[in-house]
Amino acid sequence: MISQIPYGSADVPDSRGYFGEFGGRFVPETLVPALDELTVAYREAMADPAFQNSLLDLQRTYTGRPTPITFAARLTEKLGGARIYLKREDLAHTGAHKINNALGQALLAQRMGKQRVVAETGAGQHGVASATASALLGLDCHVYMGSVDMARQQPNVFRMKLLGAEVIPVESGTKTLKDAINEAIRDWVTNVRETFYLLGSALGPHPYPMIVRDFQSVIGIEARQQMLDDVGRLPDVCIACVGGGSNAIGLFHAFREDEQVDLIGVEAGGHGVLSGEHAARFADPSMGRPGVLQGTRSYVLQNADGQIMNTHSVSAGLDYASVGPEHAYLRQTERAFYTLATDEEALEAFQTLCKLEGIIPALESSHAVAEVIKRAPTMPKDSIMLVNLSGRGDKDLGTVMKELKLEI
Amino acid sequence: MTDTRTTTGLDAIAAMFDRAKAEGRSAFLPYVPVGYPDYESSLDAVEALAALDVDGFEIGMPFSDPLADGPTIQEATQIALENGTTIRSCLEAVRALRSKGLQQPMLMMGYLNPMLAYGTEAFVHDVKAAGADGLIIPDLPPEEAHLFAESCAREGLALIFFLAPTSNEERIKLVAERASGFIYVVSVTGVTGARRDLPPDLVDYINRLRAHTDVPLVMGFGISTPDHARQVNKLLDGFIVASALIRASKQGIDPMRELAASIRQAIEPGG
Repeated sequence: MISQIPYGSADVPDSRGYFGEFGGRFVPETLVPALDELTVAYREAMADPAFQNSLLDLQRTYTGRPTPITFAARLTEKLGGARIYLKREDLAHTGAHKINNALGQALLAQRMGKQRVVAETGAGQHGVASATASALLGLDCHVYMGSVDMARQQPNVFRMKLLGAEVIPVESGTKTLKDAINEAIRDWVTNVRETFYLLGSALGPHPYPMIVRDFQSVIGIEARQQMLDDVGRLPDVCIACVGGGSNAIGLFHAFREDEQVDLIGVEAGGHGVLSGEHAARFADPSMGRPGVLQGTRSYVLQNADGQIMNTHSVSAGLDYASVGPEHAYLRQTERAFYTLATDEEALEAFQTLCKLEGIIPALESSHAVAEVIKRAPTMPKDSIMLVNLSGRGDKDLGTVMKELKLEI
Repeated sequence: MTDTRTTTGLDAIAAMFDRAKAEGRSAFLPYVPVGYPDYESSLDAVEALAALDVDGFEIGMPFSDPLADGPTIQEATQIALENGTTIRSCLEAVRALRSKGLQQPMLMMGYLNPMLAYGTEAFVHDVKAAGADGLIIPDLPPEEAHLFAESCAREGLALIFFLAPTSNEERIKLVAERASGFIYVVSVTGVTGARRDLPPDLVDYINRLRAHTDVPLVMGFGISTPDHARQVNKLLDGFIVASALIRASKQGIDPMRELAASIRQAIEPGG
């Protein structure tokens, strides 16, 4: 149903990689030629019907796209307000939206003749997707993962190893996603000539935020058409969780010109903004300010001296001190709005979706569901909410059992 | 008493290269991270090195996420941060060193975000006021240098850009055109850290850069031993030694001083 992946149709970023005042390319000189090379290779690939067809074919025959939208009838009934539709990225191969971008970039790596791939991962979903795409295309995959994240996402560590990837524990800093990105960049800067950096979120130096958005935009393109075909109209509200923000930008992008559709991103509120233990870059003006982290200018959780703060979220995939620059832009231009859900609210939403819909969502996606639970009852019964169920929760069972003090 | 020198940072850096050239050698610039292993010891390290007649200093300001640095500098900056080191205390260190009469050029090395948090205009102003001579910012490519270029020019400070083995002709020309003070030549693709060998194609690499610019070239990343110093001596206008000195200083100031002295000796004519 998707005839082409859009390229060059959006008004951002500009040629220097800026989304308004956010984005750009703040990297050591060693990487600049590699980013230039990537920018050119990406442009050429997207203009090449053969590349587009390879990706579309894999999306259809390997990932299982299009993923369906599901009407959440019992959740809608319980909340008593807006009709709730779920975009089922949890049904994509590997269990999350991350495969959309990983396949695109892995094909690009292959086209560029780069046999060696490095990736970072937080929750492990991007690591699994990268390992999967690398296995499929015969690439040599190395995944950096914080040792704290490895402990809380063990099933995904095992998956990556089964898929033939090397998983490299990162012991520096907070041992989470941010530190894994630092190590992946250090690896890339060292082995830049033969290595492709398969970046997993809409983050990092230009052109990555654009590439990741484009490869994820299939989510919103499909969902928009499905709403028109199945429901007969566009939703009133689109909701997605925002860590780096790739699933959210993937959903939002197709709706950017539908001004009647509200776009809402949900950050990780952790133990609450006042606790200081969270990853809510937009919600905490005492710590979340524009800054530069890992190659891009965006909102960054930092102290008064500009040192990056430790973050906390029950979900590893949202546990990151910065946010994709396009989200900072969408917020500044008031095209999208951002709110948060705490650990507790996300865990509650997780259980609700399990019991009412028979769907075990990822803890990341549960943050989006938590916002649905808050917002749907306040909306009229003929209104429609579309929520991106970005991944499935099998990987989180250990964490949830521990948090809820459950035993089998 | 503060900075008694009357020249601009750019002039002081130019004079540093002139003197080294007149003595038939490269300039030797050690890197010292402020606050490692503690504030006082880092000042002592600078003074001990100054007494060895090194030519200038790269003064390290810590950042929580130093993505161009290898394990040695990562660890040192982590300790410096735990010791409460900030941009303010780094500038205070420079001021203290100048008041003790330190004459060599000092270049402030740090990542962008703490400078943005400080305010770029205020930062450049305070760097000059403290008595430092230039800025080295590894995550600031020339395309983004407008953040600092005007204020550095106004204050007479050098804004140092990098070239790397991956730099193509287009990049070399761009950096050469915008360079002030010197160009920081990264020896290898990689992060900072002591290495056993320097790359074998060093002469070709430097000749490739020289074909496009007569701005002084200073090499860093991996220069660790007197033998390395001999290899880069005269081929380059200067070189920076960082991780190897930090590693040595783990055993105390004396081993660090001995390593620096042997490197300084190696670049003397006939050394």
